[in-house]
Amino acid sequence: MEIKTNYSTVTGIDPIVPEIIYLDNNATTPLDPRVLKAKMPFLTENYANAASTHKFGVSAHEAVKQARQQVADLIGADTHEIIFTSGATEAINLAIKGVAEAYSNRGKHIVTVSTEHSAVLDTCKYLETKGYEVTYLPVQSDGLLNLEVVKSAIRTDTILVSVMHVNNETGVIQDIKAISQLAHEKGVIFMSDATQSVGKIPVNVDDLGIDLMTFSGHKIYGPKGVGALYIRQRQNRIKIPALLHGGGHERGLRSGTLNVPGIVGLGKACELAGKEMDDSAERIREMRDFLENELLKIEGTWINGNRENRLYNVTNIGFEGVDSEALIMGLSNPESDEPMIVVSNGSACTAASIDPSHVLIAMGLDEVRAFNCIRFSLGKSISKEILGSVKLILFCRIEHLKSMAS
Amino acid sequence: MRVYLDNAATTAMDDRVVEAMIPYMKEHYGNPSSVHSHGRQVRSAIEKSRKKVAELLNASPAEIFFTSGGTEADNTAIVCGIETHGITHAITSPIEHHAVLHTLEECAKKGKVKLSLVEVNDKGEINLNHLQELLKSNPNSLVSLMHANNEIGNINDLNAIGNMVKEYQGFFHSDTVQTMGHYVHDLKNLPVDSIVAGGHKFHGPKGSGFLYVKKDRKIHPFIYGGAQERNMRGGTENVIGIVGISKALELAYEDMSGHQSHIEGLKKHFIELLKSDIPGVEFNGLSEDLDKSLYTVLNVSLPPSEENRGMLLFNLDLHGISASGGSACSSGATVGSHVLRALNHDYERESVRFSFSRFNTKEEIEYTVEKLKELYGVAV
Repeated sequence: MEIKTNYSTVTGIDPIVPEIIYLDNNATTPLDPRVLKAKMPFLTENYANAASTHKFGVSAHEAVKQARQQVADLIGADTHEIIFTSGATEAINLAIKGVAEAYSNRGKHIVTVSTEHSAVLDTCKYLETKGYEVTYLPVQSDGLLNLEVVKSAIRTDTILVSVMHVNNETGVIQDIKAISQLAHEKGVIFMSDATQSVGKIPVNVDDLGIDLMTFSGHKIYGPKGVGALYIRQRQNRIKIPALLHGGGHERGLRSGTLNVPGIVGLGKACELAGKEMDDSAERIREMRDFLENELLKIEGTWINGNRENRLYNVTNIGFEGVDSEALIMGLSNPESDEPMIVVSNGSACTAASIDPSHVLIAMGLDEVRAFNCIRFSLGKSISKEILGSVKLILFCRIEHLKSMAS
Repeated sequence: MRVYLDNAATTAMDDRVVEAMIPYMKEHYGNPSSVHSHGRQVRSAIEKSRKKVAELLNASPAEIFFTSGGTEADNTAIVCGIETHGITHAITSPIEHHAVLHTLEECAKKGKVKLSLVEVNDKGEINLNHLQELLKSNPNSLVSLMHANNEIGNINDLNAIGNMVKEYQGFFHSDTVQTMGHYVHDLKNLPVDSIVAGGHKFHGPKGSGFLYVKKDRKIHPFIYGGAQERNMRGGTENVIGIVGISKALELAYEDMSGHQSHIEGLKKHFIELLKSDIPGVEFNGLSEDLDKSLYTVLNVSLPPSEENRGMLLFNLDLHGISASGGSACSSGATVGSHVLRALNHDYERESVRFSFSRFNTKEEIEYTVEKLKELYGVAV
């Protein structure tokens, strides 16, 4: 797949541009140095088991307690509604399998969306083998759900509606408030995979009417290997069984020695995200718009997803006649003397798959066009200078790939 | 003086493990599943770690799956082992860790299996004749028996149990959380179908673990979503944890006999001091027997004492000594240790689990005995 061609060196690259330009922040983000600093004592001297009753253990427990508060504060929850997990995927498995099991007396029908992350889709497919019926809602060509379609999909035996807040590939933001209302009108539990929205845009579980919500640390400059499940415990309390059984940690919902450094890291990342969200959102949006407008100048390019209801750091662009895989490989070729540009064509979690993006296909793209698309997801260290160089390099590469194809 | 004698609950990370992890917390942050070289670099770190773990355990890399810890690995092996292999009967013992016991109880409650408990005596020894009877009447059972008990340190003979399970076509899972990194596991020759590890029990990171499943006994995934771990475990890999746990295992194997002789020396010294200085001291399970128990665990039973009733751990804590009454995982519970209960333990006596690591010293042991003498009013 690697294309070994001598590119003419792109001229005009700003000398201050770093060697690696990371534009894949929806796949994962670098750890914020302040998060690392907060974690460090728990990786070294403060290593106690948070379940131990001695003073040393209590100090670890206190740190977890603080982190739980930081997480709860970011999403407008109570601390006892936060369950720490090993990541969003585990949280999604816990939530969906848990609701399916606990509420099966009401029915065995689940409603979700065809553009969900594979963590939701694969869990639903597993439940289909266990006698559950799942409706995968279609989306419109801009990635948004039609509320009428959602409404008519909810049946008397529906027990769960699960709709992701922000799509990881296109950044499209669903109208969660309206959708949760539709579910609640029919007495159905509403869940949202908010892995791409928590910490990036305001998410308040009460305002949005969310019963269960999942998210992770590594998408918001926190650590990998840690995530959380929000589970409503106030009015309309949700009760689900555990997925992992054992010592009864996390109020019996998630056994296993607490990953104290990870949890402390997630807490810190949430705190920072809450404080700095507004500033970085505005700055990153401006950068994204700049990049997008520049790239749209290339003939035969298009944007995937609704441009108004879209996360500010993402643009998913199709380049007609360009094989996205070849472009990605070429941009991240370590042997090139140009800066390495790190982008992706869809979810990292399914990157190994040779199938086109299920999200873009669900939005009506044909296979050929789906293979022309690149996701750029910007992070907080981005600058205009960097993007200027990105533009130059991309122009050159795309022209080259197009000329090879023709 | 602060003395940490609760290493069966968790251990301090080795500085070299932290050092190995740091680059993955700083520059190498890519998503290992990404196709770009930035992600592939990280993927290669994961695969190197897997290869390292496999090499040390004499297994194949395809048999090692990284998890979020020992509990997830135990749950995966049990729940999915039962499901994949059409198993309808399971056998465990009343003194297993809750990650095994509660998981199997849950499977039984849901009607997936019928659960039998093999008998243990007052020393925590498994009645192998009873196990054989159970297997004879229930071939193709899932048997989950731990390598070593986390509270009393008893070591089970995995060869004897494994061969017996094999004879009756069963699936043998062993919770090896307390022995991994402390004993050699030669998986080409050990008759087990699955074993597990939690990194933080051998100076690796919390939130990291792995599951070994024998090649010809493959099981379904437990956590769905994404093609990670060759479709066995969805979720972005915890690269930092994976790099950490493999480094920790490497360090453990580098000088295992050295660590063992140091720690065993401490335990032996501790036993001798206690026996000579504290009248009426006893030891729970087989933990006094150096050949039949973990060198890292000593479960001490102290005579009834008004001053220390229910307060011994607290009193030790006041002197800076961290120890535990049993498993940290259930230390919040008021019901007491299910292990000691199964051993018909005398509740008038105070039980303390002291557990050691290579970072403990002779001075710490002597300090602890001095404090115990003070607490028990033994003339100093």
